[in-house]
Amino acid sequence: MTELIFSLAVGILTASGVWLLLRPRTFQVIIGLSLLSYAVNLFIFGMGRLRTEAPPVIANIEAIDPALYTDPLPQALVLTAIVIGFAMTALFLVVLLASRGLTGTDHVDGREDT
Amino acid sequence: MKGLAEHLIIVPVLLPLLSGAVMLLLNERSRIIKGGIGVATTVALLIVSIMLLRLADLAPATSGGPGVSVYQLGNWPAPFGIVLVLDRLSALMLVLTSVLGLASLLFSLARWHRAGPRFHTIFQLQLMGLNGAFLTGDLFNLFVFFEVLLAASYGLVLHGDGIVRVKAGLAYIAVNLTASFLFLIGASLAYGVTGTLNMADLAIRVPALAPGEISLVAAAAAILGTAFLMKAGAWPLNFWLPTTYAAASAPAAAMFAIMSKLGVYVILRLWTLVFGPEAGALAGFGGTWLLVGGMLTIVFGTVGILASQSLPRLAGCSVLVSSGTLIAAIGTGNETVIGAALFYLVSSTLGIAALFLLIELVERLRDPGADVLAVTMEAYGGGDDDEPQNDEVGIAIPATIALLGGSFIACALLLSGLPPLSGFIAKFAIMAAMFKVDGPAVQATTWTMVGLLTVSGLATLIAMTRSGISSFWARMDDSIPRVRVIEMIPVLALLLLCFGLTVAGGPTMQYMEATTQALRIPQGYVKGVLTPERSGPEQGDDNQ
Repeated sequence: MTELIFSLAVGILTASGVWLLLRPRTFQVIIGLSLLSYAVNLFIFGMGRLRTEAPPVIANIEAIDPALYTDPLPQALVLTAIVIGFAMTALFLVVLLASRGLTGTDHVDGREDT
Repeated sequence: MKGLAEHLIIVPVLLPLLSGAVMLLLNERSRIIKGGIGVATTVALLIVSIMLLRLADLAPATSGGPGVSVYQLGNWPAPFGIVLVLDRLSALMLVLTSVLGLASLLFSLARWHRAGPRFHTIFQLQLMGLNGAFLTGDLFNLFVFFEVLLAASYGLVLHGDGIVRVKAGLAYIAVNLTASFLFLIGASLAYGVTGTLNMADLAIRVPALAPGEISLVAAAAAILGTAFLMKAGAWPLNFWLPTTYAAASAPAAAMFAIMSKLGVYVILRLWTLVFGPEAGALAGFGGTWLLVGGMLTIVFGTVGILASQSLPRLAGCSVLVSSGTLIAAIGTGNETVIGAALFYLVSSTLGIAALFLLIELVERLRDPGADVLAVTMEAYGGGDDDEPQNDEVGIAIPATIALLGGSFIACALLLSGLPPLSGFIAKFAIMAAMFKVDGPAVQATTWTMVGLLTVSGLATLIAMTRSGISSFWARMDDSIPRVRVIEMIPVLALLLLCFGLTVAGGPTMQYMEATTQALRIPQGYVKGVLTPERSGPEQGDDNQ
């Protein structure tokens, strides 16, 4: 059940993200990119396999049974990906505003379709 | 001393980071100090990368090893920690990066670094990202360095401001963000299947996969490949490239000449490593795609060159031709062809960078007064108030035009691949290698490739002649462009380097062949990364 919901979430986020990415307004593009980044982050997380009640951090060093723990690496990767994706989205937002200010339109081509 | 030499590998990453950070602390007005720090750092980078090149080239002779030097970050052994790997290929790319970096930086000192804030810091971070991406041996670390250099390149694209740059930058950032997401999906999928992100470890684990998992790895490789082909500018993922490169300021565009080569480098590295002849069911995976995609890129670039109305766009389209040639050569999967292609990579990157810098100077012939740059520079309060003396340095003699024209001819010869410059040797070597591989029965792909190379050269020659005539043989009035010595030196230096490549063609080609021979046997790389030699007890003390 978890797997189904998880994969549906990734799929819906990706589909909406791609659709918005192909829209002509800059705001739609940035929301699309954000949705895509959520989908990608969830996907990376899922690559460590979905486990419940399994901590990623090993508490005591003696008597480790790896089967009791989940893979911590994808979680570390997700953190990095979130930070980088967030920074890039913020940067894109600035360029978007500059484009809006310079061209006077929020169309991605900088001019309205006639 | 031995310990210090070991740490040389990380210098190309740390040095630009440090100087970039220091320059952030300085006031935006103190451009002379910033420029000084920038040039000093870049010269130091050039020296370090040449030392690393010698290290990589001489390594087999001294230690009997595979010519791979490994730097373990935090001293964690390879599959667990992140490693920096130096071999001939990465050393070559490092030298190329620092040569281009120095040339662009010197060029920017004349005017461009005054056209916007924090140019020098962004420039150093760009160098850091490029160097790191060339050195790293870890897939996710590669992603991080990609993002560093992309973030810096977003800044460089927008440097100088103006509607054209913002519009081009918008598309550029959107495309590259999407490519980064593809990169992440591919990398994490590869991790999910193989359980490793280390490139050398991947090369071991991929052939040992169960049949059910192979298709997943193939999917991961295809997604990763798409991301890298986007950076490299392969058709049909390259419509953003000529516009962006044409819109960027000259020094930034010259740096971007190596950025598209980064995509080519990663494809070459991963593809030879993971999908080499030892890869079992996946050996040579996607080779046909690379070959055909590369050829289509050449066609697209050639048409673009012929259709270009302006010189910057023409240069942007030559980037595509150069990328296409390289991708197609990698797609053949033959080491002699790839060796020749590496020579072509160096020659064409230098030539295109020189052309981007030169175009900026030639454009002044056409439109001396109304320069967008002048406006932005005034808007930033730079220009005359700051350094009143510098404007008198410009030489206003007809020799300027002779120099510009001569350099333009040299660029045309380089890019179209005519003798006597290195472009000819490179293209000739690729063609000769392809014929040699086929033997007496020449295959259709070889004929197509040779035909495309020739036609693209002819198209470049026609287009460059046309724009050369309209630039240099046009009505001059009495306005001779003011070109500073410091703007001319980088262009001439890059062209002289290409001439040097021609003269030293033999040794350079030997180096390239040694490089591809090492690439053909990925076991050397794998062994070097996973079981690095522990040389002597004194080094163990250093690391504690």
